[in-house]
Amino acid sequence: MSPRAAWRLESLGFGEVYDYVAGKLDWMAAGLRTEGTNAAHPRAGDVSRKDVPTARVDERLGDVRGRVRASGWEAVVVINDERVVFGLLRSKELDKDPELRIEAAMRPGPSTFRPYVSIKEMAEKMTLHMLESSPITTSDGRLVGLLLQKDAVRVAGEEK
Amino acid sequence: MPTEIDRNQVQRLVERGAQLVEVLPPDEYEEDHLPGAISLPLRRLETEAVRLLDRTRPVIVYCWDTA
Repeated sequence: MSPRAAWRLESLGFGEVYDYVAGKLDWMAAGLRTEGTNAAHPRAGDVSRKDVPTARVDERLGDVRGRVRASGWEAVVVINDERVVFGLLRSKELDKDPELRIEAAMRPGPSTFRPYVSIKEMAEKMTLHMLESSPITTSDGRLVGLLLQKDAVRVAGEEK
Repeated sequence: MPTEIDRNQVQRLVERGAQLVEVLPPDEYEEDHLPGAISLPLRRLETEAVRLLDRTRPVIVYCWDTA
């Protein structure tokens, strides 16, 4: 739709016309602010915990576990230098052999969700699929934060 | 010929004073739109573009995605 609009504007005499082809979906998937009636309602990106611990694939599990549990967490998101999500470790994975490298211990390719999904929808999905936590990522796979099921359910309840 | 741009270029152009235009139907605009965007659905472009937009400033149009 936007290419047609861009071409038509040019033909109407507008000299400098640009087409943001990836559009609103791309904008929202990057976790950027929007305006409108939906903007007042919390979304996955708003509620996700930005302070979630992260680890690299080549770290030793024992080192990561010590660091993570000392900060009160039971989950770690495995990312690269570009913050692209490679895996997730929850309690079960954290309890594995401390000599393992993270890449051998992690749950690879976890399901991720976009920041614009409503918190009500996230609460329903996470409850239905028994997800205790889910990484929230941009459309290019970069970590925004970790959404905990208990946070999603609590905030969705407050919305009612 | 209109120039295709990405998210970062949108932000830079808006800082420079570009006009952001959502061409989706009004109900979709009401729910969510980019900050500062105006609603100008494709069907109203012919009749309202000249009245609502400034020809001397850059214009960025967008819809939902590439479809």
